[in-house]
Amino acid sequence: MEFFRIHRTIPFMRHALVLNLISLVTFLLAVFFIVTRGFHLSIEFTGGTVMEVHYQQAAQVDEIRNAINELGYSDFQVQNFGTSQDIMIRLPIRDGENSATQSDTVFKALKAQVADVELRRVEFVGPQIGEELMHNGLMALLFVVIGIMLYLGFRFEWKFALAGVVANLHDVVIILGFFAFFQWEFSLAVLAGVLAVLGYSVNESVVIMDRIRENFRKQRKASVQEIINSAITQTISRTVITHGSTQMMVLSMLFFGGPTLHYFSLALTIGIWFGIYSSVFVAAAIAMWLGVKREDLVKPIKKEDPAQEIL
Amino acid sequence: MNRYPIWKYLTLLAALVIGLLYTLPNFYGESPAVQVAGAKSTVKIDHSVLEAVQDLLSRNDIHPTGAVFEQNGPVGAIRVRFDSTDVQLKAKDLIEKSLNPDPSDPGYTVALNLMPASPNWLTALGAHPMYLGLDLRGGVHFLLQVDMHGALVSRYDSLTNDVRTTLRDAKLESIGVERSDLSIVATFSSAQARDEAATALRRALPDMQFINGSQSGGQFALNARLTDAAITQVQTSALSRNITTLHNRINELGVAEPVIQQQGADRIVVQLPGVQDVAKAKEILGRTATLEIRMVDDSPTATAALRSGAVPFGLERYEDRDGRPLLLRRQVILTGENLQDAQPGRDQQTQQPSVNLTLDSKGSRIFRDVTRNNINKRMAIVLFENNKGEVVTAPVIRSEIPGGQVQITGSMTAQEAADTALLLRAGALAAPMNIIEERTIGPSLGADNIAKGFYSTLYGFIAIAVFIILYYHLFGIFSTLGLAFNVLLLLAVLSMLQATLTLPGIAAIALTLGMAIDANVLINERIREELRAGASPQQAIHLGFERAWGTILDSNLTTLIVGVALLAFGTGPIRGFAVVHCIGILTSMFSSVVGVRGLANLWYGRRRKLQSISIGQIWKPKE
Repeated sequence: MEFFRIHRTIPFMRHALVLNLISLVTFLLAVFFIVTRGFHLSIEFTGGTVMEVHYQQAAQVDEIRNAINELGYSDFQVQNFGTSQDIMIRLPIRDGENSATQSDTVFKALKAQVADVELRRVEFVGPQIGEELMHNGLMALLFVVIGIMLYLGFRFEWKFALAGVVANLHDVVIILGFFAFFQWEFSLAVLAGVLAVLGYSVNESVVIMDRIRENFRKQRKASVQEIINSAITQTISRTVITHGSTQMMVLSMLFFGGPTLHYFSLALTIGIWFGIYSSVFVAAAIAMWLGVKREDLVKPIKKEDPAQEIL
Repeated sequence: MNRYPIWKYLTLLAALVIGLLYTLPNFYGESPAVQVAGAKSTVKIDHSVLEAVQDLLSRNDIHPTGAVFEQNGPVGAIRVRFDSTDVQLKAKDLIEKSLNPDPSDPGYTVALNLMPASPNWLTALGAHPMYLGLDLRGGVHFLLQVDMHGALVSRYDSLTNDVRTTLRDAKLESIGVERSDLSIVATFSSAQARDEAATALRRALPDMQFINGSQSGGQFALNARLTDAAITQVQTSALSRNITTLHNRINELGVAEPVIQQQGADRIVVQLPGVQDVAKAKEILGRTATLEIRMVDDSPTATAALRSGAVPFGLERYEDRDGRPLLLRRQVILTGENLQDAQPGRDQQTQQPSVNLTLDSKGSRIFRDVTRNNINKRMAIVLFENNKGEVVTAPVIRSEIPGGQVQITGSMTAQEAADTALLLRAGALAAPMNIIEERTIGPSLGADNIAKGFYSTLYGFIAIAVFIILYYHLFGIFSTLGLAFNVLLLLAVLSMLQATLTLPGIAAIALTLGMAIDANVLINERIREELRAGASPQQAIHLGFERAWGTILDSNLTTLIVGVALLAFGTGPIRGFAVVHCIGILTSMFSSVVGVRGLANLWYGRRRKLQSISIGQIWKPKE
């Protein structure tokens, strides 16, 4: 079985300009949604209490709302979660009340309504934690971008480093755009997923850049565009098979992993697809616009192994 | 060319065996156990208790499958493992009755518990199962913030007293000595008085810096602050005292494997697996133990009353550690508030082990007066826990003790001295704490999470394996074996490091597998490409592995950068994810490059005249 019976090099770069414009529009749309709609942040970032309760029969959401309303809360959420028997309750932080009394009083009120309710999970996060998480998340992002640029700059060349990082940030911003547009819950697990995508997407770009460098060495007469095209063509079957495999794993998490892993795997899914797209059309194209040349990449290798060139 | 030297095969074999050995304990699950811990901080658990318990059980014909003594920080605990819950319950009752003859005043907590069920020979090899995070086994997680400002304020309060006392002792007159936020301001009527005071204070209080302050209307101010080193010392000692206190208290809950760790400069993480009653856990964490110093009444009337069992008016009956009764006066001379520090040491003359107490200035003054008036009488140091007092030690006063440095000597070993010092230090929380994060996960949710994580990884793995084998035939099988080898190594390394597995950690295992297949695909595609270009099968295998290596290295290193960033800046769930992710990248490079190559070499390497290899169909464009 072979999926890719490629007769000749596919001219990926022919429509680079159009595709890059589409990328730019998607990117700007994502930024627009992030700015206008913002994120539906989990309580890990905002602070507050989350309770998860389980009923033996289908839960009466309205009655639960009433019960909590009577306790004097106004800004809270009650929603079904997974099944009709599982309920998730979010409470904001109230001054002068600590986490213990908050979850205890609410649970007692629920228990008074339906005796067989079971408390599955309580999570309380103080307000000072959220800011730290935001700060740490941004620091991690910065560290990753700088680290990857340095590594690619050292191992390849600055044009590739820049192209790679732009392509990756493009992926990350688009994932964030999805989360802002659909108002999916943005939790710490999602943040981990987004940062993992960053690594995953660089990985993809690196494979193509490796091939571009190798082809510069082998095909001495070809133009830059031809070299990039042939590099992408040669790696396309690997790209699809690898991502197909990873996607299978991620889909398995999406379907069987339960609510905690749901948004994590959703972020990865978007990341995988845009990762393929961005490394084929964005990273390589930007490197091309930046004017990557044979001399940028081939020089040092010549000295090492002249025999390779003759072959 | 595709042959490994024998040492490479041996390395792979060794990795496989070690991987199997260290992964194995994770599959045994848990078996019922009984945990014995000290109910009071004066009760010490050590190997002798373990032997006593084992002896007790064998005398009653109960045979545990394993018994261990564990030292968790300053406190020890014993855990005994049994075959079934029936035996466990029987053993628990037996131990309870024997260790706590008086149920109203238990010296030990005997709790039902779970213990890893891995066989003893694995444990002897140091192979332990991974810890399961709270999201997988259920329990309570607290993040406590220590109020460092509060700790410093109380330190400054006591230093203000010290300054006053020092000035009084040196017969220097001041207009006033007050604490103003985090500094002490002393005012004097003349510059000369101020300078003299500064000299005296510098000598008496080396932890402080004294700077001349403002002068107005004939008032000359002297500002005092703690040096930076002293501030750091106050903070670290407040934190470590709080951690010790928490350890002692949590031990009472009978929790297995509690986690009590410092996080950052002023935070403490407490994780109590299996505890469901959050309210009780919070109450115990917030409780205070107190220390009191009282006089012992050894007068003939009191001794006679003690023997007859009556307690005269104005006295109270307490027992010391060995159960000997003592009559103490109701009047409290000093409380733990006046105790600044307690350290184990040795008597300078006799070299006997001692406990050295440092009292604050108020305490020192009272202590000096009391000791002067009560020479040759006994004074008792009582520790109150659970509203029950126990005499830690009751030494005889030999001479007046000025200066607030109290040395307690007696018939004790160096270990006992260290324990007593710890106890006195740990009696109360050094600084107030607030809960800033709390997480409770029910046990059923934990079990659900394990099942979900496990099955989603399994299904994903099966899907990948089926696809890869269909696509690459024999090389697909090699890749699948390499992937399985990767999981094995990853689990083994995590078990060796005693990492805590969380749900995001399981997600990272799944994701690592999904990404590790990349290396295999790169290699297999490269081999196909070499074959397509006309290379002989042996050459194609060789070149395929060799040329793919550079790409694999580059792509994995960039991914590793991300992993390290997550590790450095991540907290909580992100950290759990990052640890597994980073280790997974390393094991996947080893398993796919060295492991799969080993398989390919073993299978094809010796065939000189190899015509074709099973790597799926190689399609060539027709010219």
